Amino acid sequence: MQEAILTARGLDLYYGENQALKKIDMEIPERRVTALIGPSGCGKSTFLKTLNRMNDLVPNVRIEGTVEYRGQNIYQPRLDVTWLRRHVGMVFQKPNPFPMSIYDNIAYGPRTHGIRGRKQLDEIVERSLRGAAIWEEVRDRLKKPALSLSGGQQQRICIARALAVEPDVLLMDEATSALDPISTSKIEDLIAELKKQYTIVIVTHNMQQAVRISDKCAFFLMGQLIEFGDTTQLFSMPQDKRTEEYITGRFG
Amino acid sequence: MKRILKGNGQNGLAPKTKGTRAAFETGMNLLFFLCGAVAVLFVLFISIYLIVSGLPAIREIGLAEFLFGDTWKSTGKEPQFGILPFILTSVYGTAGAIVVGVPIGFLTAVFLSKLAGPRVAAIIRTAVELLSGIPSVVYGLIGMTVLVPAIRTAFHLASGATLLAAIVVLAIMVLPYIISVSETALSAVPKEYEEASLALGATEIETYFRVSVPAASSGIAASVVLGVGRAIGEAMAVMMVAGNVANMPSLLQSVRFLTTAVASEMSYSSGLQRQALFSIALVLFLFIMLINAALAVLLKKGKKS
Ligand SMILES: Nc1ncnc2c1ncn2[C@@H]1O[C@H](COP(=O)(O)OP(=O)(O)OP(=O)(O)O)[C@@H](O)[C@H]1O
Ligand SMILES: [Mg+2]
Repeated sequence: MQEAILTARGLDLYYGENQALKKIDMEIPERRVTALIGPSGCGKSTFLKTLNRMNDLVPNVRIEGTVEYRGQNIYQPRLDVTWLRRHVGMVFQKPNPFPMSIYDNIAYGPRTHGIRGRKQLDEIVERSLRGAAIWEEVRDRLKKPALSLSGGQQQRICIARALAVEPDVLLMDEATSALDPISTSKIEDLIAELKKQYTIVIVTHNMQQAVRISDKCAFFLMGQLIEFGDTTQLFSMPQDKRTEEYITGRFG
Repeated sequence: MKRILKGNGQNGLAPKTKGTRAAFETGMNLLFFLCGAVAVLFVLFISIYLIVSGLPAIREIGLAEFLFGDTWKSTGKEPQFGILPFILTSVYGTAGAIVVGVPIGFLTAVFLSKLAGPRVAAIIRTAVELLSGIPSVVYGLIGMTVLVPAIRTAFHLASGATLLAAIVVLAIMVLPYIISVSETALSAVPKEYEEASLALGATEIETYFRVSVPAASSGIAASVVLGVGRAIGEAMAVMMVAGNVANMPSLLQSVRFLTTAVASEMSYSSGLQRQALFSIALVLFLFIMLINAALAVLLKKGKKS
């Protein structure tokens, strides 16, 4: 088996009194696409956010157990969260480009991490936009506001923005759910391309999408990880009854 | 009308009732309209009154002489009516208040909207509200008894009633406006922007200054313009702490503002002197109008983005 880049061990997460994740153990392989599926409210987004500690922003959240990124526990007190998030990037459900130009959106991350040279930034911007398959569409209007683009374009800008800091892992929470079919298929193609270089974890409600683009698939139910395995295996021969019921559409 | 009456009859209601109700509606509409018209009428009246009564003196003195003359001797044997000292004092005083007040107010707003815990924020917010409710005469009084003597000893002056004292008092007076308007703008910045920045590995402070503040910039600019309007229109407090002498402005000298120039001579003025006071009021009025126009533009811009 491929080496694990992110490993959750006995991960419990509480929002106040409410337990949203229960003893999750999961090994996410490097340079593969891992899909998280399950009915609404089962904890997919919550789990995804534990991987780059975006849960820190939620008040009253309590986490037990560990998540290791390349062998380091990311919940150890001395860990630099900005270092972690730089390596484990995130694309959100709703496209959220900054109210700035396309160029400044992409350059935001590199600038944050100390890159100032105009030429170097130009290179990064072009490389990231090419990486997100949107360079051709915006190369003539890099100075235009990113918010003037269509939703699908904005989402690819957000992907490019995440790529610009050269992350190791890319987390995507229903990144195509707000998009039309054409934009969605563009982003799916993009994910297939990106996995050559990056580890990708996606949350999706779309079974076909999970089958199309993921190598590994995890089925969550009420805060528990019910089943985790190769996508083809999980969809053709689910081991757990509840997984089977979910993927055949009998509940959820 | 006939049809309505008929309809009422069919509903079993006395036709008369509906008629009086309709009349009542019309009457109320008229009342509302008249109330609304009152505000417009007052503005029109004040503008016209100021223009009519402010122009004669300007015509007599000469516009350039009036605006750019550096000596105001309204009661001398050969009176001189140059209001440049007042204009510059108002401009410097306001600029000083903004230079001191805006950084403090802005940082407080960032702290309140992004960093402070709910309890600390509630305490500060209450204090800010109270600050904005204190009458300006009270600011003047405390400035007079605390600030003015302190400035006198600190700078070894004969009198501490100076432009500096006025600037400090004005800075405190504009603070609540800067804070509350900026905070509203900062709190309205969508959380998604901040999340995106944090997810890229930016720190919270970086995020607030590079994403939230630029996104709220037109609201923050509006708060500054509002503060300018407040400062330039303030009379009572500055009259009490600035010494009220018609000098060309200098930080450690007594000065007189546009507002206080009108207020301090009005009661005993006559003839051209009195007319000139109206001209000063007209100049002040134009300043305020300009500032309000700027504010309107900024707020509109903020709404669009
Ligand atoms: N910020 C929060 N504060 C409190 N409870 C939360 C918070 N976010 C999520 N929860 C709760 O945690 C549970 C898991 O939520 P989560 O958002 O992870 O579900 P999800 O699987 O992503 O659902 P969906 O498919 O609808 O996005 C839910 O019961 C939810 O109500
Ligand atoms: Mg979710």
